[in-house]
Amino acid sequence: MAYRQYMLVCGGTGCESGKSDEIYRNLLKEAEAQGVKDAVQIVKTGCFGFCEKGPIVKVLPEESFYVEVKPDDAKEIIAEQAVKGREVKRLLYDKSTRKSNNKIEDIEFYQKQFRIVLRNCGVINPENIEEYIARDGYAGLEKVLFQMKGEDVIAELKTAGLRGRGGAGFPTWLKWDLTRKAPGDVKYIICNADEGDPGAYMDRSTIEGDPHSVLEAMAIAGFAIGSNKGYVYIRAEYPLAIDRLKIAIAQAKEYGLLGDDILGSGFSFDVEIRLGAGAFVCGEETALMRSLEGNRGMPVPKPPFPAISGLWKKPTVINNVETLANIPVIITKGGEWFAKIGTEKSTGTKVFALTGKVNNSGLVEVPMGTTLREIIFDIGGGIKGGKKFKGVQTGGPSGGIIVEKDLDAPISYESLQALGSMMGSGGMIVMDEDDCVVDVSKFYMEFCVDESCGKCAPCRIGTNQMYDILDRITKGKGEEADLARLERIGKAMTKASLCMLGGSAANPTLSTIRHFRDEYLAHIRDHKCLTGKCKDLVTYSIDPSKCIGCTLCAKKCPVPCISGERKQPHVIDASRCVKCGECYAVCKFGAVVKN
Amino acid sequence: MAIAQVEFPKELAAFVEEWKTKPGNLIMILHRIQQEYGYIPREAAETLSRMIDLPLAKIYGVITFYHFFKTKKPGKNRLAICMGTACYLKGGQALLEEARSILNIQGDEVTDDGLYSIDAVRCVGCCGLAPVLMVGDEVYGKVSPEQLPEIIAKHRN
Repeated sequence: MAYRQYMLVCGGTGCESGKSDEIYRNLLKEAEAQGVKDAVQIVKTGCFGFCEKGPIVKVLPEESFYVEVKPDDAKEIIAEQAVKGREVKRLLYDKSTRKSNNKIEDIEFYQKQFRIVLRNCGVINPENIEEYIARDGYAGLEKVLFQMKGEDVIAELKTAGLRGRGGAGFPTWLKWDLTRKAPGDVKYIICNADEGDPGAYMDRSTIEGDPHSVLEAMAIAGFAIGSNKGYVYIRAEYPLAIDRLKIAIAQAKEYGLLGDDILGSGFSFDVEIRLGAGAFVCGEETALMRSLEGNRGMPVPKPPFPAISGLWKKPTVINNVETLANIPVIITKGGEWFAKIGTEKSTGTKVFALTGKVNNSGLVEVPMGTTLREIIFDIGGGIKGGKKFKGVQTGGPSGGIIVEKDLDAPISYESLQALGSMMGSGGMIVMDEDDCVVDVSKFYMEFCVDESCGKCAPCRIGTNQMYDILDRITKGKGEEADLARLERIGKAMTKASLCMLGGSAANPTLSTIRHFRDEYLAHIRDHKCLTGKCKDLVTYSIDPSKCIGCTLCAKKCPVPCISGERKQPHVIDASRCVKCGECYAVCKFGAVVKN
Repeated sequence: MAIAQVEFPKELAAFVEEWKTKPGNLIMILHRIQQEYGYIPREAAETLSRMIDLPLAKIYGVITFYHFFKTKKPGKNRLAICMGTACYLKGGQALLEEARSILNIQGDEVTDDGLYSIDAVRCVGCCGLAPVLMVGDEVYGKVSPEQLPEIIAKHRN
């Protein structure tokens, strides 16, 4: 019997932490209890992307889009919608609009998005291969196996103009072509799912929401270059993604879509999962391969490139998750279709993890050429709390900050590079007027110090030196010559480091010095941090004209260093103050002043 | 100098045997050992060294390279405070300091009763919920320092 209604519950990590699993189980229970279990299919899907408003439940065919759902709401959703056919108005995203305006495409968060990579996320049950197949899944693999030759596949990718989504933007077809032509009968396909950029989670969501798209693409790649073995190198910190991938591999094998003699074509391809262990440098392809071989993940000089000598010295294609997820669609819809999306040199779409001080954080997929302003202000809904936009960091610890005046640049690999940043994996972190650029640069540099593998001196020593200088600036102990020092060390690291970790580690610092030199100088000359983030530079005092002597601050002070009689103005002993900011937070009269 | 070894439980030993001949097995085996003990005890590394005929130095080289592998026994409840960029901007550092002050431990120390330890971890991948705290496998999103005592107490048993 056909279902007349479908309820999609988001099963991404963000919503799962908001108890979406309990919502799912409650919906099942209620559907059973209220006698509609044969009429409503309840499905747990992958990430909808709108993490800010999770957990999310979507009901089809009405397209009701419920946000911030609680487990206890399940009863009402079933009783109202499944039994009586009425929407639960209080859970709709925008309660003020009429029913017809609540479709997903009417929500501004989704309006400018165009989904290729995330096509199935939030639509299908990622643990059921049949749902993937029903959405043209594995049609690309079938087409490749029976209608195309290896070189045709590569030619299609060339027409599509697909470039690597992991960072540098190397043309995918060229990588495949070089590996295909490399001598050797054993070749490997690696899927890089070691998403280490702090603030990016599109690869996790893709695997959690649509694992088969990655597996299908790996098999297509295997066919194109003549490889029978693929590895997915995935972060051990992503248990849900690993589970879904395991299920997907087992199902694909059962259906004859992976393993020996796929669909009777004579082509065999097997995929194995290998776990990372928390090292950012393993996102670098040569380091990743050393790690996959069971060693310390240290990069080696290129050339030879992986296409010639990669995993176990065999020719190897290594692509990241997002790159791969595009490929089945390119095969089924054609390279020309894909090339029409985006800009001339950067075709297709890009997924960004929009986070930080923005109203709608979440996963966003837009055509290349969309402007940063559209992403942050239209899709992202602007800055939280009506604060002023300060900058957006793209490319994580390897990228740079982009400021207000450059927000109208259309996004492409080239344009971001021209702005002193990079595409990177697609982290997009929005900062507002309360964020201190020196503090953020120090944060990124500390990350690079931690993650530097230590093999080459420019990175190992350079990151430490830059961190020390940034640290003393945030403590008011910097000197003006420090800015020139940072720039000099940064340039040396950029030129001389072995891999891109060191080669780009200076970017956040160099780009903030370029755009916010005054802020650095304020720290150095005036010992002032305008945002108050650099604690050592902040002093708290009490304005006697505003203080009514309520004693609340004195009670909350952990030191305690605030004195004063009841109903008399209080005083902070600055010499003992630990700058925790508690007094500032609790004062109801605005009497505590932060300088 | 050899020190005491441990006998691996049957399932773990079988896992090692299964992976023994596969190329690039070391990291996968270490993950399995850490799953068993919660960290990688020196004695277990010794046992492994003999089982797969690999120098202990090489095994330690790999263990100490990766953040995920621990050589010290963690608390029964591991608080993982996310210090990814999004969480950092939204107050991850304050959470870390507050948790350390509540539990009165620093760095990788464990509370005297062995119940808690704190890890500052890199991005757990739910930036939309920043700042994020994990206790074991349970994720808490949009956490404020005021909520910490309650969350910590909840996991006491």
